[in-house]
Amino acid sequence: MYVPIDATMPEERVQLILKTLNPFALLDARNAKSESSSETDSLIPVDGILDETKVNQELLDEVRANHIDVDPLYSIFTSGSTGVPKGVCICHRSVIDLVNSFEEAFAFEKGTVFGNQAPFDFDVSVKDIFNALNCCGCVDVIPKKCFTSPALLVKHLIYHKIDTIIWAVSAMRILADFDAFKSAEVLPRIKNAFFSGEVMPVKTMNYWRKYYPNTRFVNLYGPTEITCNCSYYIVDKDFGLDEKIPAGKPFKNTRMYLINDKNEFITEPNVIGEICVYGTSLALGYWNNKEKTAEAFASNPFISQYPATIYRTGDLGYYDAEGNFVYSSRKDFQIKHMGHRIELGEIENALNSLDIITIAVCIYDEDKERIVCFYQAAEERKKDIVMALSKKLPKYMWPNVYCRYDELPLNKNGKIDRTRLKKEWKKQNG
Amino acid sequence: MDELIELLEEIRPDVDFKAEESLVDGGILDSFDIITIVGEMKDKFGIEPSVEDIVPENFNSAKSMYELVQKYM
Repeated sequence: MYVPIDATMPEERVQLILKTLNPFALLDARNAKSESSSETDSLIPVDGILDETKVNQELLDEVRANHIDVDPLYSIFTSGSTGVPKGVCICHRSVIDLVNSFEEAFAFEKGTVFGNQAPFDFDVSVKDIFNALNCCGCVDVIPKKCFTSPALLVKHLIYHKIDTIIWAVSAMRILADFDAFKSAEVLPRIKNAFFSGEVMPVKTMNYWRKYYPNTRFVNLYGPTEITCNCSYYIVDKDFGLDEKIPAGKPFKNTRMYLINDKNEFITEPNVIGEICVYGTSLALGYWNNKEKTAEAFASNPFISQYPATIYRTGDLGYYDAEGNFVYSSRKDFQIKHMGHRIELGEIENALNSLDIITIAVCIYDEDKERIVCFYQAAEERKKDIVMALSKKLPKYMWPNVYCRYDELPLNKNGKIDRTRLKKEWKKQNG
Repeated sequence: MDELIELLEEIRPDVDFKAEESLVDGGILDSFDIITIVGEMKDKFGIEPSVEDIVPENFNSAKSMYELVQKYM
């Protein structure tokens, strides 16, 4: 099993992940050696490893002979509400199923050039890597820097002949928000554009469709725990600004349910329930975390005759009139911020470990796309908080706004009143 | 310039904008920061840089961002 870890993450979080994993070996793919840490001794540099290592055919044969398709292939760590990241563990069979269902639904041509946007520790990249392998295509890893400059990005797409993009919605928004296609002399030849991670704003979709009337646009839906995506919707018509682009229908060999809080099926349109997924795409569980695994991977309420597991996504949704799933909101405190899946609890956990503040909570302002932190302290501590958080959390988890209170308001149950804080925030910043 | 530094520090209190000269190339600012900075420039200074000017060279230091703002003021 391999686990990509972003080495630019704060050391503390890397250590949390390593502690959960207890890895067999650590490969170092960084260009420059960073200053030594406690782990440096056990790091194996990737550079030259393929040339220098002798193939041990006997050992390789043995591994291959004993390999089965439910062995783990990779694990990707995602935000955990208690402050410890969870390693979603995916087996070979689920990825084989993923590429087969993508092939069936989208029939990628041989030689397709996938323009990789997502970092490898983010499961969107799994689709680039394994679809490219499956269709004899190629993956062009687009430098991060291109996403800070729309003009650079457009040039890169053209120069590297990228024809298929599987991107986070936020990446597609960069080009639309800066109106990057208007001034481009030539447009990149994008044949397929897949997007996921958060709800695609209709405004952004319309912008892309205006410049690319013949491109196939596909909205992909699904959490990491069901191997990237479980449903898709081909956007082949215009949407009004007040309409939602559906999450669509399940991929082949995947079953999705809407379940109400009495654990019953919902079949009629426009009734909200939790989206649950059943099939080969389900993760093996969270690595070394029985408790969290048991919470999310529950027994299928419709099958009692034998053990069957579904994944409860925590996403609430409904069916539209055509039977498409439509995402509506979250059941809990998980948010999607600039394409990243974040548990507000993980941020709060880090904040509350700081002794410069008494207590803190976070809310998410969806309209303004801001993580707002409310903290109780005798004086303004924004800068100190940010400096301290930067040693604990990756940057995308840092709150964007800090509001200091002498005392945070409590609700009837004696807990910090998030609803009231959110309301007050909205009123002042609506 | 002070106003600009203040705006930048509000967005990234952890960065020393007076000293850094490789903000984008050094990977200190990411795409989200650039979007936020351009958005704030719009709100605070009433300028709207064109897409050709959203290039790393113009965001690598507070000085180059200041020149960008000046160009549109």
